[in-house]
Amino acid sequence: MTMNLLLIFVAAVLTENAAFTYLLGMCPFISLSKSLRTASGMGAAVIFVITLTALINWPIYHLILVPLGSELIYYIVFIIVIAGTVQLVEMIMEKFFPVLQAAFGIFLPLITVNCTVLAVSLFMVIKEYSYLQSVIYAFGIAVGWIIAIVIVAAINEKLELVGAMPKGMKGPGIIMVISGILALSFLGFSGMV
Amino acid sequence: MAESKSIKTIMDGIWRDHPVFSMLLGICSALAVSNKVENAIAMGAGVTFVLVATGVIISLLRKIIPRQVRMIVYMITIASFVIIVDRVLKAYFPEISDSIGPYVGLIITNCIIMGRAEGFYVSNNLGQSFLDALSNGFAYTYTLVAVAAVRELLGFGTLLGFQVMPEFMPKWVVMSMAPGAFFVLGTLIWITRTISGQTED
Repeated sequence: MTMNLLLIFVAAVLTENAAFTYLLGMCPFISLSKSLRTASGMGAAVIFVITLTALINWPIYHLILVPLGSELIYYIVFIIVIAGTVQLVEMIMEKFFPVLQAAFGIFLPLITVNCTVLAVSLFMVIKEYSYLQSVIYAFGIAVGWIIAIVIVAAINEKLELVGAMPKGMKGPGIIMVISGILALSFLGFSGMV
Repeated sequence: MAESKSIKTIMDGIWRDHPVFSMLLGICSALAVSNKVENAIAMGAGVTFVLVATGVIISLLRKIIPRQVRMIVYMITIASFVIIVDRVLKAYFPEISDSIGPYVGLIITNCIIMGRAEGFYVSNNLGQSFLDALSNGFAYTYTLVAVAAVRELLGFGTLLGFQVMPEFMPKWVVMSMAPGAFFVLGTLIWITRTISGQTED
């Protein structure tokens, strides 16, 4: 059982890396991976929200939607839960943890449109994970996404020092190419699990 | 005057404010479903349908939606139409539905739709919103198809399932996987930005 959970976690972080294998969460990925600071701030917020929404969405799907026979509307339900959770977290942080709010509060509203969050909820339904497995899986996916964005941001920061780059390549173009090379190296993990 | 505004709306959508190349919206699905041309067409059609439907609904309701809850209204509108797309794909194109599976649901978080709803549909009338939705949907679709054509040609040697490349050409499998998506889209962004002269500072 523990072995199983460990496998799910490792698979979610490395072999099924959200950014490099499933190509999820690319919008914030491209726009935020310009500096290491913003990337890690966004990462912390993402880990928190993804795990929390998986915790909430699993019981809603399996204990409410399935018994009622209304799985059809799970897109609507999931996205409302995610938007609501983000709003709630923002309000709680503003009230009780102003320091934390200052650190990654600005990234919270952006998370609603980070497709990794919704994708985790959809995948956990498709893969038919149990409650514990889903939470571990969600956490693993979030960790994998952060690893990806932090590596790309760090490389990109160093690249800023290089002067000679085609004008049109600057920004999103070069981030794509960096991610492509990294994705190639992440393919190496694919035989692991 | 009205006519020139319509032309401007269309031109902005399909070239000047190109959703993918210039605004970098909807990258997730542009990368993930562009391994085969048929998937790209299905995804493009789905997104266009949701865009147009959302554009019509939001621009009709724009005067009665309270500002504070507008995000939730967009989300519910978008999610409802995505469910329709998902069902139609499952019923009529089961193979495509299998291969792009969960990414259909992710149309909800495709920032093109949210971005256009917030940036255009709330402040424009039905006709303009409809044109804007169509042109953005078209721009998104042709981008997806362009990326997919390169990847399918190199990765499988086919186009829309027909063998195009000669048999002796080795299949470049990596192009059909995640890294190929990054390389092809990165190169396309480079090319279009060089042509349009848009640069990052």
